[in-house]
Amino acid sequence: MKLKYILPILFLALATVACSSDENDDYTPPTSEVDGLQLIQELSNDTHTIELYNQSGLFYTGYNNISLRIKNRSNNEYVEDASITWMPMMQMPTMQHSCPKTNPEKVTGKNTIYQGAIVYQMTNTDGSGWSLMFDYTIDGVDYVVSDTITVMQNDNQNVSSFMGTDSSRYVVAIIEPENPIIGNNDLVVGVYKMENMMSFPVVENYILTLDPRMPGMGNHTSPNNTNLTFNAADNKYHANLSLTMTGYWVLNLKLMNVDDEVIKGEDVTDGNEQSSLYLELEF
Amino acid sequence: MVLSVLYTTLSFGQDTLPSMEKDTTQLDEVILITQRKLSNYRQEKTLSSIDDYLEKSNRITMIKRGNYAWEPTLSNMTSERLNVTIDGMQIFGACTDKMDPITSYVDVSNLKKVTIASGQEGTENGHCVGGAIDLQLPESKYYDFGLKSSVDVGYETNGNYRTAGLDVEYSGNTFYLNADGIFRKSDNYGAGNNQEVLYSQFQKYNISLQGGYKLSENHQLDANVIYDKATDVGYPALPMDVSLAEALITSVTHSFENDSAFIKSWESKLYFNTITHIMDDSQRPDVPIRMDMPGWSDTYGFYSKVKIEANKHSLLFNLNGFYNRSLAEMTMYPNDSNQPLMFMYTWPDIRTLYSGMYAKDAYAISENATVSANVRLGVQNNTIGNEVGLESLQIFYPDLTDSKNRFLMGFAADYLYKKPNYDISFGVGYGERAPSVSEGYGFFLFNSFDNFDYIGNPYLSNEKSFQANIKANYSIYDFKIGIESSYFYIMDYIIGGIDPTLSAMTIGASGVKVYTGLDHASIFDVYLNTSYNFTEKFSVNGTVGYNYGQGSNNEPLPIIKPFSYVAEVAYATSKFNAALQLEGNANQSRFSSFYGEDETPAYGVLNLNLGNVVNLKNNKLVFKYGVENILDSFYSTYADWNNIPRQGRNFYINASFIIR
Repeated sequence: MKLKYILPILFLALATVACSSDENDDYTPPTSEVDGLQLIQELSNDTHTIELYNQSGLFYTGYNNISLRIKNRSNNEYVEDASITWMPMMQMPTMQHSCPKTNPEKVTGKNTIYQGAIVYQMTNTDGSGWSLMFDYTIDGVDYVVSDTITVMQNDNQNVSSFMGTDSSRYVVAIIEPENPIIGNNDLVVGVYKMENMMSFPVVENYILTLDPRMPGMGNHTSPNNTNLTFNAADNKYHANLSLTMTGYWVLNLKLMNVDDEVIKGEDVTDGNEQSSLYLELEF
Repeated sequence: MVLSVLYTTLSFGQDTLPSMEKDTTQLDEVILITQRKLSNYRQEKTLSSIDDYLEKSNRITMIKRGNYAWEPTLSNMTSERLNVTIDGMQIFGACTDKMDPITSYVDVSNLKKVTIASGQEGTENGHCVGGAIDLQLPESKYYDFGLKSSVDVGYETNGNYRTAGLDVEYSGNTFYLNADGIFRKSDNYGAGNNQEVLYSQFQKYNISLQGGYKLSENHQLDANVIYDKATDVGYPALPMDVSLAEALITSVTHSFENDSAFIKSWESKLYFNTITHIMDDSQRPDVPIRMDMPGWSDTYGFYSKVKIEANKHSLLFNLNGFYNRSLAEMTMYPNDSNQPLMFMYTWPDIRTLYSGMYAKDAYAISENATVSANVRLGVQNNTIGNEVGLESLQIFYPDLTDSKNRFLMGFAADYLYKKPNYDISFGVGYGERAPSVSEGYGFFLFNSFDNFDYIGNPYLSNEKSFQANIKANYSIYDFKIGIESSYFYIMDYIIGGIDPTLSAMTIGASGVKVYTGLDHASIFDVYLNTSYNFTEKFSVNGTVGYNYGQGSNNEPLPIIKPFSYVAEVAYATSKFNAALQLEGNANQSRFSSFYGEDETPAYGVLNLNLGNVVNLKNNKLVFKYGVENILDSFYSTYADWNNIPRQGRNFYINASFIIR
């Protein structure tokens, strides 16, 4: 019954968009499921076009929460039942590698929107180097689409890729808060281990100690911060982050494995202003 | 410009110009700023600031952070323990660092007198622990004397301090109007031995307009507006100065008076005042970080007070309420300009709503004995109006809600026995006060006195005080002696306690203190006053005082006056007066290193004051002149913030011309 109403509306909306591609960027029909999101890029093959969206309309290094939908090019309708995997790939001069990711899943309460995440741990200065490949299945038929994408360098270090004391490579990325407040913030961080060039599984049950500091204010810190602990429900690490003022903050971290062995990072002391493992935050 | 406009459009005069009457033997708790005449004892400048006037009271000490906007303390207690009002109106400074005590927003030209009440005797206008200072505005005068005006000019050599004032007053049978303006400007002053005290300059002007209309024989309506603006005020004891301190104080009053009715008087006032205070460090060449710290305070309020006299009872009722908004913020500019500005609310838009009632009864037991009792009950609500501010404080108090109610009470009783050659009085009282905005809700307020950042505590208990006081005077022939003493036992005494787990925000601060309630604290003072009149014209008087303060942690309380003395030789006729005064403190042996104090050495300074009155037909010319700190001592007192030195030798002259 819902479909009965939404489809014609969507159809109408798409028709409008299709007829007037000039307005593509700034015109979204009020009932659109991508309301409030900006189009990043479209990837097309013969049968489908995949539209990628997020808040800013750009990929940046760090954790990217991405919404997408698949348009059937034959009838301009959006696919409601697809299973999707994606593979971001960085082409380096001598090798290529991927990065941590969560495959897109259908968003509850939406008909055509799928959501996933990609953590770009680096990029080239001109934003080049990355490509994105989709494998998706609709009604038992497999499809593939891929294209190069542009990933901009974030001004702040919101992701850190490093070699741990256990000789494994890890990626740590800040996920939330997206809009920090002066006060208590829910800090969410993703921790991934680089098993090989293509596989970056979530690291479970480690601990990250948290020590936020303001280097511009004599390394002032705030009270009532908690250490980041693993939450199996969302596969992410959670903590309370209190920020006493706006400005530039350094979140000093220390990654410890299940045996409480330090994998990376040091405590901030009088003699050590900053941990070698840190993330930055500005607001 | 403003003055000339006022002068041409409103050519009226005012004669409540400053002079001061202070008699150390009588221990009057009223400082009169009365008509210009030569006072009998300590001669003062006609153009003294309010601060100078207040400092002449035994129980008041002014805390100095510079040469302007001194903070009054009464019985060794600072503003949060006092109830400082302007003619019964609540008004709250807008500076988180107490750089703008409300006494800085009025000038002597605005006032008739200052009433000082110790402890619970001071609860007529609001709750307090230490007492009350009420700066009273002059009443309208329907004397039909027509136009009267006066001009004042003053000059002081130390700091090249210039003052000019103009008052015009018109009085008719049913209509009264008064306008006055005063301008003050001083460069940096010099301490003893010509040592310039940098950033001690200031400049201010104050204008006020008062009008009254007599509706009928018993009813009258008054309106009063005071505008006060200080710019370029230096605070040598602090790391920041003030570029603007501005106040607009307005009120409308209806009063009823009838000597023959049951209700003798009934006065109701509606008022509004607004303060803007902007701290500024742009004049300081070397600061760890540049910052702006503006603050605002708006207060709306009313009171209605009734005086009734029946049989031997003299009753006073006062119903009052106010609503205050205090907001202050801080923006810091990072030295690395690529980083974003650092912003926080230091007073997160705290709304205070108070309503309360006061009643007092003085009952004449006999011709010589009077017993009196008063009580004040009130309800206060504090609300954090700013969501960001609430979230900020939740860093320290995760379960904090935006609203808190407090019930407050206070009562006192005293007994007075008076005979022609002696009098004695004693009293007891109990009172409570709510924490101030800074104590309850301050967010990283830097205190340069102990070098700590302060965090407010919304869960503080009300501060409670038991007090006892005694006063006795005795005179025989021309010799007078008096003793006065008071004792306060304060529970949940609010003071900062170090929290070693917190990290200072201010660069260079020693740490963070959170306001806590000390289990109890004791404050005691005693003053002995004597005077002797050799002849009608020639007299000597002297006062010695001792103060003591200690907390339940066995640490002395900070800013407690050490042993002090004043001695004066005075000569006065109706046309001329002269006085030589010696004033000093002993070594501050009981200083509080625990609260960031250091030992202040003893000092003594010598002052000479002279005055002349010249009558020119109907007009009058008054000169006041003298030398302060004759010996050019380099000194500071226990109440000088961070030991900034006081003024060195200063020659001054004030001239007032009264035109009738």
